[in-house]
Formats: sequence, C-alpha cells, structure tokens
Amino acid sequence: MANYFLKRLLGLLPTLLAVAVLVFLFVHMLPGDPARLAAGPDAGPETIELVRKDLGLDKPLVAQFYDFFGRMLHGDFGHSMRTRRPVSTEIAERFMPTLWLTLASMAWSVVFGMTIGIASAVFRNRWPDRLGMILAVSGISFPAFALGMLLMQIFSVELGWLPTVGADTWRHYILPSITLGAAVAAVMARFTRASFVEVMQEDFVRTARAKGLSEWVVIAKHCLRNALIPVVTMMGLQFGFLLGGSIVVETVFNWPGLGRLLVDAVGMRDYPVIQTLVLLFSLEFILINLVVDVLYGFINPTIRYR
Amino acid sequence: MNGPSAPDVLVEAAPPEQQDAVAAVAAHARVRTPWTEFWRKFRKQHVALVALAFVLLLVVIAVLAPWIAPYDAENFFDYERLNQGPSWQHWMGVDPLGRDIFSRILVGARISLAAGFFSVAIGGIVGAVLGLLAGYYGGWWDRIVMRISDVLLAFPGILLALGVVAILGSSMVNVVVAVSVFSVPAFARLVRGNTLVLKQMTYVEAVRSVGASDWTILMRHILPGSVSAIVVYFTMRLGTSIITAASLSFLGMGAQPPMPEWGAMLNEARADMVNAPHVALFPSLAIFFTVLAFNLLGDGMRDALDPKIDRM
Repeated sequence: MANYFLKRLLGLLPTLLAVAVLVFLFVHMLPGDPARLAAGPDAGPETIELVRKDLGLDKPLVAQFYDFFGRMLHGDFGHSMRTRRPVSTEIAERFMPTLWLTLASMAWSVVFGMTIGIASAVFRNRWPDRLGMILAVSGISFPAFALGMLLMQIFSVELGWLPTVGADTWRHYILPSITLGAAVAAVMARFTRASFVEVMQEDFVRTARAKGLSEWVVIAKHCLRNALIPVVTMMGLQFGFLLGGSIVVETVFNWPGLGRLLVDAVGMRDYPVIQTLVLLFSLEFILINLVVDVLYGFINPTIRYR
Repeated sequence: MNGPSAPDVLVEAAPPEQQDAVAAVAAHARVRTPWTEFWRKFRKQHVALVALAFVLLLVVIAVLAPWIAPYDAENFFDYERLNQGPSWQHWMGVDPLGRDIFSRILVGARISLAAGFFSVAIGGIVGAVLGLLAGYYGGWWDRIVMRISDVLLAFPGILLALGVVAILGSSMVNVVVAVSVFSVPAFARLVRGNTLVLKQMTYVEAVRSVGASDWTILMRHILPGSVSAIVVYFTMRLGTSIITAASLSFLGMGAQPPMPEWGAMLNEARADMVNAPHVALFPSLAIFFTVLAFNLLGDGMRDALDPKIDRM
C-alpha cells in the first residue's frame, strides 16, 4: 500500500514537468510584451531593453525555461506586476479562505447529495424520488453566480440574518458554501441514486434480504459500501469543479481567495500570478486524483495495488 | 415525423368494411426503425416533451428577437421610469439606465443560445473527428489524444476557458472558442469508445474487404453509428456550456456592456441590487429555465435512447 502510494507519487513528476512546460508556453503565447508591461507605460526603448535583459527575456526559450523551472524549485515565483509583492506571499494570504470554503462546500454537499440520492433510490419512482430529482436537476441548472446573488439578496439584504461579503467569521461561510456546493450536491444526488439503483438489483442484495436482514441493514451495510465506489470517484472530480466554481462564487461574495485573485490577475494581465496559480491548481487536481485512487483501496479491498 | 406513413395510407385506401383488418395487418407491417423506436419511448416522457416545447419556443424567440422585442434592447432609454418594477409598459421592469428588461431578455436569448450552440458544435465536431481517428487507428495517436483528453477533462471548464480568454482577450467570440475547448475531450472520448466497438463489427469488415477507403469506412459506416449518442450528448452539454459562457460574461470576460447577454446583465445588475433586485431576477430566471429545459430534454433523450448510458 505504502509502496504503491510512493510509486504513484514518483509517477507525478513527469506529469508536473509537462504541466510546467505547458504553463511556460502558455505565458509566452499571451499577447503583449512582458518586458514592456514590466517597464511601465512611460518607459523608452532603452529601458525596455534593459528590463528585457534583467528579466532574462533575451535568452533562448530553452534557457528561459531552465531559469523559470530552477527558480520555481527554489520557491521563487516572481513578483506580482500589480502589487510588486512576491507571488508566493500573495497566494499564501489567499490560500486558506479558498481551502476552507471548498472543504465546507464539499462537506455539506456530499452529506446532502448522498442523502437525497439514497432516499431517491430507496423510494424509487415515488414522491421522495421525484422531489429529490427535481431538486437535483434544478441544482445543476441554476448558475452559481445567480444563486449567490439571490441568496445574498434574501438572507443578507432583506432578512439581514447573515453578513454579505468578507470571510471573517463562520457566518460568512454559510451563503458562499451553499452557493458553491449546490451544483455538486445535485450531481452527487443524481450519481448516488444511479449507483444505488444498480447495486440494489444485484444478487447479493437479494441474498441479504432473503436471509432475513432488516431493510435498514441491507441498505446501510450491503448497498452503501458497494454503491460508494463510483461515488468516491465522482467526489474527486467534483473537487476540481469546486476549485473552478470558487472563481465565480468568490467574485459574487467578494471573497479574499485564490479564485478572485485569478480573475483579478487575468483582468490586469498579471502574468506571474496567472502562471503560478495555474500551476497550483494543476497540482491540486493531480493530488486529488491520487487521493481518490488511494481511497478506492479502503473502500474496495479487491483492488490490488501493484 | 408523425405524418401519414405508408401503412396509414393503405388503411385509408381500403374499403370501409375492411379498414380494421387492413389496419391490423398494417400495424404489424409498420417498420420499427431506431428513429421510431426512439420517438415511441421519448413521447412517454411528459417532462421531456414539455422541455422540448420550451426549447423550440426559445429557438423561435432567438430567431425573431429583434422583431418581437417591444423596445430596442440597447438604445431605448426610458428616463421617467429608472429602476421601476414590472408594469404593463415594461413587463419585466426597467433597469438603472432606463432600458426595457423584457426586450433585453429576448435579445439575450439569441446570444446565449448561439453561444451555447456554436461552442458545443465546434467542440463536438473537433472531438468527434479526434475520437474517430483515435479509435480507428489506435497506436500512439490514440494514446496522445486520450492522454490530453484525460488532462483536459480533469480540469474545471471555467478555469480552462479563463486561460483561453486570457490569451485571446475578452469578447463573445473568444468565449465561444474557450467553451468549445472543454467540450472537445468529452466528445472525443465518447466517439472513440463507439468507434472501438463498431470497427470490430462484421459489416465494417465486409466494407473493408470490398476495398472501401478508410475515409469512406469512417464517414459512412462508423460515424452514423455514433450519431445518436452524439446528439444526446450535444443536448446535455448545451446547458453546461450556456452556464459557462454566462459565467464568463458575468466575470466581465465575455460579452461587454451594453450587449444584453444574460450573464453580463447580471453583472451590471450587481451594482444596484439593493434598489432594483428585479433587474437581477429576470436574467437569473432566464438562464435557469433555459438550462433546465436543455438538461431535462437531454435526460429524456438519453433515457429514450438507452437507459444504461450513465446517469450523470
């Protein structure tokens, strides 16, 4: 098990290298001369040339990549063009609010989504199923930014129960995490239902019922464990979706997180920040996929790790 | 498609006293094509039928928008009624600049539908071609296409789209390009899977043995076998693409004011939420019902086609 984990971790290195190359090329494809941008609007041609030399932009592409990659390994991601502060500081400040928001959204949407999915499967084609699936299809159809604005209007402006923007207390987390998690809860509900319906038709479920187990034990013990395997994969994929969704939700709620940092950076063409954020997001996806693979082993011992 | 079929014509042509008998024979003779089978199953799903009707209505609105909109969506300003709620003159009220929200919603339908349609169409065509080639030829080409697809699939669409917009700059056309990029891998994977199955079929072997070119085999004998799956997936994908396109406009990276794109309208409405919540309400509902209709239609088509396609 530990061996497998280590092997997979080593296997990540080529993927990360590929991502780094892609990000590097991506930044080079961006329109505009970075030297001109860094030098500022009033700089003359000589200044721009100086800045170009200073940034190493006059070297061949391969040498530039070597520099870029070497600096990155030392934890130097350059300076934000907008604030002139190190990119690592900018990101470090914004990291935790996004992480907590993502985790809070994931937690409630998994619990809520799976409950709806299981209830729908158990009461298939009866009213709990219909209600649950109406909720679920609405959840994937309501755009997060509209839901966020609606919730904020009702609970913060009209009723005054919850704060509108910021990330100071736990009460600030309620509306953004509901907004961010709604689509995930909906997908989880639909997916859990499908997986559960399939498992409930298996022979071993009939056997469990036949030997006189209560319906509750059959569902909670025999079905749940088997239905969970595809659901866990889905959870991993949804984590990626949450990180993407945080971009929109953070803009609505003015959340001091990575998503808004990225939107601002794209708007201001702050290349060092964009490139580091894209790398960070990619790393997160790769790690999440690894964790999902490892989780499989705990849920389904028949999967052998070689 | 429910017009009089050949058997129906036969029944009507028969003498009255024999019509029942002829009808019985005709019903038996009625050919069960995949298409009639699909329609028979689809017809039973009332929700999907309502969704289909709504989608058709939207298409009509999108095509006729400039003619049926009561006011000019961008250049009409009613300065007497700024921020006013719904009334007889302005069914959905007036926005902070005095524009008629109902007219803007109608014209916005054209933008959102076109953005969704073209982005999925581009993504679908590119993905289908890649998937066909990958599945048919296999080898290193297959491995490269599938590896890239896996990476793109794992990436959240909005992030990818944001990257594309960062390179190309913000405009509605670039949003369509950006959103189509993340439809490519899903279609590639779908078509590749179908191609892998179909290329093993006896009839494909037969076509190859009479000397048909690879191009003919792919286009005339393998692609048609995937069309139904592509159409279903196309419909299901439209909803997501419309939301992503609207999200980008909401972030200020797609349609720019004064264009009445629904996401951009919401972005504009944000400034005056406290005074005029109705300005945000109607674009939200427009996006919701449009995407809901496409999702329900897609679900219905999938269930009618094959209940075993995974229920995402």
